[in-house]
Amino acid sequence: MLQVENIKKGFGGTKVLDGVGFTLEKGQVLSIIGSSGSGKTTLLRCLNFLETADEGRILLDGQTLWQTGAPCPPRQDRLRFGMVFQGFHLFPQYTALGNVTLAPKLQLKETLGRKVPLERLRAVEEQGRRLLAQVGLEDRINAYPCQLSGGQQQRVAIARALALAPDILCFDEPTSALDPELTGEVLRVILALKERRTTMIVVTHEMEFARAVSDQVVFMADGRVEEQGTPQQVFGAPQSPKTQAFLRRPGGWQQAL
Amino acid sequence: MSFWQINWSLLQGFGNTCVIFFVTLVLAVPLGLVVTFGSMSRFAPLRWLTRAFVLVIRGTPLMLQIFIVFYVPGLVFGISTGSSRMIPALVAFVINYAAYFSEIYRGGIQSIPQSQYEAGQVLGMTRRQVFFRVVLLQVVKRILPPMSNEVITLVKDTSLARIIGVVELLKNAEHFAQYGLIWPLFYTGLFYLAFSGLVTLVFRWAEKKLDYYKG
Repeated sequence: MLQVENIKKGFGGTKVLDGVGFTLEKGQVLSIIGSSGSGKTTLLRCLNFLETADEGRILLDGQTLWQTGAPCPPRQDRLRFGMVFQGFHLFPQYTALGNVTLAPKLQLKETLGRKVPLERLRAVEEQGRRLLAQVGLEDRINAYPCQLSGGQQQRVAIARALALAPDILCFDEPTSALDPELTGEVLRVILALKERRTTMIVVTHEMEFARAVSDQVVFMADGRVEEQGTPQQVFGAPQSPKTQAFLRRPGGWQQAL
Repeated sequence: MSFWQINWSLLQGFGNTCVIFFVTLVLAVPLGLVVTFGSMSRFAPLRWLTRAFVLVIRGTPLMLQIFIVFYVPGLVFGISTGSSRMIPALVAFVINYAAYFSEIYRGGIQSIPQSQYEAGQVLGMTRRQVFFRVVLLQVVKRILPPMSNEVITLVKDTSLARIIGVVELLKNAEHFAQYGLIWPLFYTGLFYLAFSGLVTLVFRWAEKKLDYYKG
């Protein structure tokens, strides 16, 4: 179980997170929704220790990973979180398989020294192939990122994050950089991960998807959790006026008219 | 003196030109990386010092730098550098080119988006691993065109070594003037042209080699 308590984070004078907290049971999916600038991405970055929060506490299965004043935790603790970025951020000079296996291979090299037994490396590659097959890319294993569509690149990025077997996989708007016809393939992969009981935190603007995939929904506004609950509660009967306004807001085209 | 004798003599001068070229390249390429790390250091005094060094080296003529390296140790510090003219010339070339290379590297490194570092970081890679396994090759790919420019300039800059008496291609050709032969001087142009052409081909090959990916 993940417990996030009272996370605060400011940049210069601006308070981006103003005491955010939630809990997430193992095997469940949490969606974070909210307008741009509400602190969703910063929250994910704090969980992955790309930023160090100013205050708060992060506990995983009862063990404190980080709390106020502590430095960035050691690597094995940081690796309990995985991250999939909005912009994929694949390594362009590596193939799909190379992207998935680079970090596990480097870890092998660190623990076993220079001479890693060949069968251990093969096992890593085998796992990489399996993960790429799991995201539906078994026939694109040797393709470079520039030869893949956005949706395919994002699926490689998901396989890359899974290769380190994180306890919790975080997605930062995984489909926001994709053409509408490519979002489906990525969302399908996330849905399949849910069926495998992967614990996930998904920051998303896809409301229908959030409603369908989540066990829990958090609505953030101005660096705070404005409302949280089951999808039925948050989408079906929002209590806070801010949530109501956010969910009622018209689409881009209607706003333009 | 026959055409072939003159060619043979010029080739000896060209040998020295090649020595200056390759030694400078082999030493200035890694030294440039050290200078880059200095100029990008998080430790401010080191950063200022390195940037001041680059400013001075890029802001003064290479010819003057060669003079300084040649004369200053003896005149100011009383250090005898022996009779070698090649060594001071090489020192000046290496320092000068390391400064230029360092700025090309810095541009290359800073053009790699922060997101590549972050992607490596969330995969548990150390800063070192991210730099050598992810960033470096992307930097190499991006800096090849400006580096080819700089290396071609080096081919021709080798001729500056003659001012402290290094008998490289141009100085070698000059001495035929005392026999009333001026054409060897002009003829050296072909050597430089062929050399630059070769450098161009090597860089083109390298660029092609790294053409398998974009980004």
